[in-house]
Amino acid sequence: MQDLSRLTPLVSIAGFFGLWMLAAAFSDDPQILPQPWLLLAPLRQELASGELLFHLGATLRRVLWAFCLAMAVGLALGLIMGRRPWLNRLLDPWLVIFLNLPALVLIVLCYLWIGLTETAAILAVTLNKIPNVTTVIREGARALDPQLAAMAQVYRMSWLLRLRHVILPQLAPFIAASARSGIAVIWKIVLVVEFLGRSSGVGFQIHLYFQLFDVAMILVYALSFICIMLLVEWLLLQPLERHSHRWRSP
Amino acid sequence: MIHICITSKSFDGQEILRNIRFDIAPGETIALLGPSGIGKSTLLRIVAGLDRKFVGQVIRPDAMSFIFQEPTLLPWRSALDNLCLVHSGVSKDLARQMLERVGLAGKASAFPTQLSLGQQRRLALARAFVVPCELLIMDEPFTSLDAAWVDELIALTRELIAETRPATLMVTHSRQEADVLADRLLELSGTPATITA
Repeated sequence: MQDLSRLTPLVSIAGFFGLWMLAAAFSDDPQILPQPWLLLAPLRQELASGELLFHLGATLRRVLWAFCLAMAVGLALGLIMGRRPWLNRLLDPWLVIFLNLPALVLIVLCYLWIGLTETAAILAVTLNKIPNVTTVIREGARALDPQLAAMAQVYRMSWLLRLRHVILPQLAPFIAASARSGIAVIWKIVLVVEFLGRSSGVGFQIHLYFQLFDVAMILVYALSFICIMLLVEWLLLQPLERHSHRWRSP
Repeated sequence: MIHICITSKSFDGQEILRNIRFDIAPGETIALLGPSGIGKSTLLRIVAGLDRKFVGQVIRPDAMSFIFQEPTLLPWRSALDNLCLVHSGVSKDLARQMLERVGLAGKASAFPTQLSLGQQRRLALARAFVVPCELLIMDEPFTSLDAAWVDELIALTRELIAETRPATLMVTHSRQEADVLADRLLELSGTPATITA
């Protein structure tokens, strides 16, 4: 039974490709939707020229910068808003505004105010993600165990020790949830940012091949980055989550 | 000497405690008795400095330990880390010795979730005694345990108190626990609660 459950994701992926092949056969036009194997030649070509790795690297760098900045600022803001009701009352309207501000508006405004620069691109993505991280972490901060706080106070634990060993482990599920949803959302926004105002990255390449109506190349770039994000999920996020949850096992 | 003088303590305008005055001498153990909800735990929190919204004064030392009603351990850290991280000056050797002393030899790397409630309470006891304290506060430290565990834990607590001789203030519902551990009994009663015996 365990072997079967391990095979389930593979069966699911096979189902995805099966559906793709059916749709491609139904459209009967490689210009609109090519069969999966027809992507291999352009993939080899982009790999050989070095273009694919260059643009994947540029996108990944932007994703990592925006992710780290958004997580750090969102964590700090969520924590203080969850613990200090007066500060929550003060900042909550800002949070609602930024939560409801369309990503596109922020991106365009950052480009208009700062210019078509790397800083503007990363800032736009970061500002888009901070409100989501803050909202999730604020819920976690509100649910912190008061008894553990009392224990840390009585035993005079330093602020840094409390943060590391009492507060952050309680926030771990909230951090993991916001990180997982964050990385998925961030890379999609990074693509829009690159589409609108950068001269490198997967988004820029998609823009280029959109103008050329080259669906195969668009799929090559999009699927390549999805593969990278799957590797990040399987090799980094999931092992980290398992490590932080190991105390829960009996 | 620990000096406690609580003129008044209120919650939402309702007075809970009034005119509570007593001292605890070094090495003395006082048991606080009284019905549920009378304000015993509130009194302990005031003495520990966890609740500062009251009228009066408490003179307490810095070196203080608290055994809570629940073990209140860090579930994501090992038994050893629960001693070494909470008391940052405690060496791993000293922490291991303390774990052995409370009957948790071989459990240093276990997480609290992997320990029984009785073992968790022993770990909380180890945390309270692993560094010298001048004031020990215990809030019903033996609740939810079966009788055999309670007797063992009371004996162990008594030994550790006798060795380290802190001023001790404990809350209990059990007259028997109070008689075994305490030098003096105080009873809270009335509304607002005051010391009546």
